[in-house]
Amino acid sequence: MTDPVVDETVKGHKRLERNITLLAIGTFVTVVIGGLVQITPLFYLENTIEEVEGVRPYTPLEQAGRDIYIREGCYVCHSQMIRPFRDEVERYGHYSLAAESMYDHPFQWGSKRTGPDLARVGGRYSDEWHVQHLTDPQSVVPESVMPQYGFLKETPLAIGDPKATMTALMRVGVPYSKDDLENAEADMLAQADPDADPGDLAARYPKAQIRDFDGNPDKLTEMDALIAYLQMLGTLVDFDSAAPLEELAEEKGR
Amino acid sequence: MQAETALGRVGLWFLIMLAALAAAVGAADSGFAAHATIIALVAFVMIWMSASRFDPVGKAQGFFQMPEGPSRYDDDPIRWGVIATMFWGLAGLLAGVFIASQLAFPWLNIEPYLNFGRLRPLHTSAVIFAFGGNALLATSFYVVQRTCRTQLAFPGLARFVFWGYQLFIVLAATGYLLGVTQSKEYAEPEWYVDLWLTIVWVAYFVVFVGTLAKRKEPHIYVANWFYLAFIITIAMLHIVNNLAVPVSFLGAKSYNAFAGVQDALTQWWYGHNAVGFFLTAGFLAMMYYFVPKQAERPVYSYRLSIIHFWSLIFLYIWAGPHHLHYTALPDWAQTLGMVFSIMLWMPSWGGMINGLMTLNGAWDKVRTDPIIRMMVMALAFYGMSTFEGPMLSIKSVNSLSHYTDWTIGHVHSGALGWNGMITFACMYFLVPRLWKRQRMYSLRMINWHFWLAALGIVFYAASMWVAGIQQGLMWREYGPDGYLVWSFADSVAAMFPMYVMRTVGGLMYLGGAIIMTYNIWMTLAGKLREEKPLRDAAYDPQADRPIVNQPSAVPAE
Amino acid sequence: MSFYETLRHFADSYALVLMLALFVGLCAWPFRPGASKRNQAAATLIFEGQDDGE
Repeated sequence: MTDPVVDETVKGHKRLERNITLLAIGTFVTVVIGGLVQITPLFYLENTIEEVEGVRPYTPLEQAGRDIYIREGCYVCHSQMIRPFRDEVERYGHYSLAAESMYDHPFQWGSKRTGPDLARVGGRYSDEWHVQHLTDPQSVVPESVMPQYGFLKETPLAIGDPKATMTALMRVGVPYSKDDLENAEADMLAQADPDADPGDLAARYPKAQIRDFDGNPDKLTEMDALIAYLQMLGTLVDFDSAAPLEELAEEKGR
Repeated sequence: MQAETALGRVGLWFLIMLAALAAAVGAADSGFAAHATIIALVAFVMIWMSASRFDPVGKAQGFFQMPEGPSRYDDDPIRWGVIATMFWGLAGLLAGVFIASQLAFPWLNIEPYLNFGRLRPLHTSAVIFAFGGNALLATSFYVVQRTCRTQLAFPGLARFVFWGYQLFIVLAATGYLLGVTQSKEYAEPEWYVDLWLTIVWVAYFVVFVGTLAKRKEPHIYVANWFYLAFIITIAMLHIVNNLAVPVSFLGAKSYNAFAGVQDALTQWWYGHNAVGFFLTAGFLAMMYYFVPKQAERPVYSYRLSIIHFWSLIFLYIWAGPHHLHYTALPDWAQTLGMVFSIMLWMPSWGGMINGLMTLNGAWDKVRTDPIIRMMVMALAFYGMSTFEGPMLSIKSVNSLSHYTDWTIGHVHSGALGWNGMITFACMYFLVPRLWKRQRMYSLRMINWHFWLAALGIVFYAASMWVAGIQQGLMWREYGPDGYLVWSFADSVAAMFPMYVMRTVGGLMYLGGAIIMTYNIWMTLAGKLREEKPLRDAAYDPQADRPIVNQPSAVPAE
Repeated sequence: MSFYETLRHFADSYALVLMLALFVGLCAWPFRPGASKRNQAAATLIFEGQDDGE
């Protein structure tokens, strides 16, 4: 306001109510505080950035499967976050650790369980079951309300440029090695092809499962990728061994 | 001179079209190619418009009977906003009814494009960003001009904001069907759509603040503060939450800057405040202008509105972690989120009381004026869901309710009851004024709309309460043998009747919106329905007095 | 002393009383007697003048 008489008489909050710049800045400062206090500590506090033995970046095929999981919106009905309650731990397995999703760009914890939690679905069902279930869910679970995903079996996996995918992931902080990058496409093809030579895939990605997933070894389909992803979910950390339990005992704030 | 500028414009759009076509050809994936084609089509229409006398917007304005001629305020973008609100509202509600039916009858899923997983973001974005967003655009442009007694600053930019926002909606919606999503709830569009929205949003900010800056009224009315907070905060949330690295500049796919816990909290800091600032602050701005206008009396307490504003915007930002109770998020952050969510109850109810008490001394209007009745219903649902929210944010309650349909019911009592009802009321307020009609075509139809909507919400919320609590209890029930009683599939099967009832509720709500569309359509056509007046009982001023002032006829014993 | 403990000590001291006083003061501020006329003017400004164009 330029009127000096007005300026003199207008004080305190009234001034704010008449000055658009002050009002805008005041509003911005007010809304920034909460986010700063809550979010910034998560980038340096120990129990949110600590690593747990076994957690590794996704193989190119698993990452492709994860991209399909995201594309189809699986997260709107399936969570990947087991809470530390007796019933959830008995139903789904050990409760989820922060470190288990440390390479998840973006996270897939979900917010709704129209279907069951999938954080530890890996290894619980056979590949054949998954193919049948994704093609026609009601044929294996009559009560299910899940849509059908038979087209995944028919759609060849768009290999695209796995190296570019991994480069983008490295830019946001996923520690792929130079070898991983060089072998990206070969790794992707070899993981689902029992006849191919996977090289040192299993050494670079411990516990990687190398086999044909969709029951059709001649073709690399989207079904291969999605099941490769589902079958590795929650399998990386060995909760029965002594070391993680020791670390868990030390984990604070849970 | 005019021919030269027209030629220049054609050249510019031609370049954009060529670039878009090149992007479509060189695209890394089909989703990006489809979006580039849409841009090329838009550019082609623009070339056509610039080169010849083809004027689809002008024709459409004739079609929608928009008044012509000079006017004190710049109302064209607002009229377009009203039409867009109605259109996207119908689309979003229809998508909602369809996906609700899919959950009851899974054979309605048509793979791959019409599967639930792809349609659900379509529904949420259509109702929040398309229906709600257009309502906010239209009302904010209306309110800021009236309260500043000046025309919109940068009229060209204001039109860009409107049409640019519609392009954002089209790109987002087609993207979901094609599987272009980054899976962050309510922030699903990919990086290039996010960039586009950022540009549009900055333009919106410039128009809004520019209009405030050239106002002819020293005071900035409280509704404008809420609009301003909504615009600023949404910009901040949108930019931070969508930070991502694209795989290719010619492809749709990108990866988020954050991962795991950090990403989860950033997402729900965004997600909760999309509710807090898009669906609450923005709609409270509507409340602070249109409720006093319709009731023809000033807001109950202007001072309360000051406290309401600062406390609401300060507290809301902290409440995000209540979406992550008992997850791998650190305990202190969860507790902080819970405490602030509970504190949030107070400013929310302060605002609700401020809105409701505005009707003090005019409560008879609830009976006689269906628009006021809608506003009161909206405020009542605002109060209800801002009580339910803090309750659900208490960790022990949340341990039962999280991951269940209770959350869905809670969201819809807010969205259908508060956002929907207040938007409908504002549209009924705006349409006769913007089109210079005497009144709406039919008041009785507004009444029908009100009751259908109210009954629909009751069906929806009640069935989801039952569904959510039942799910939560079934998942955790142990038998005397020490084993879990129910398999997950049992809990899915048990939901069937509730899912059907929810669909019925949604259908009623959609039915109300269809009646509204017809009513608005006839109003635009300039017709007035001959009908019996709404009130059948004669008004008795003796009976309509605040209870406290009632002189007791019989002395107390 | 950890960051948490620093905050804990801060919250357990008279700072808590100060923060409470600040909070109450801020809430009471708009209700000070001098403001009522201007608030009344602000609340009724939406009813002045022609709103609907022309």
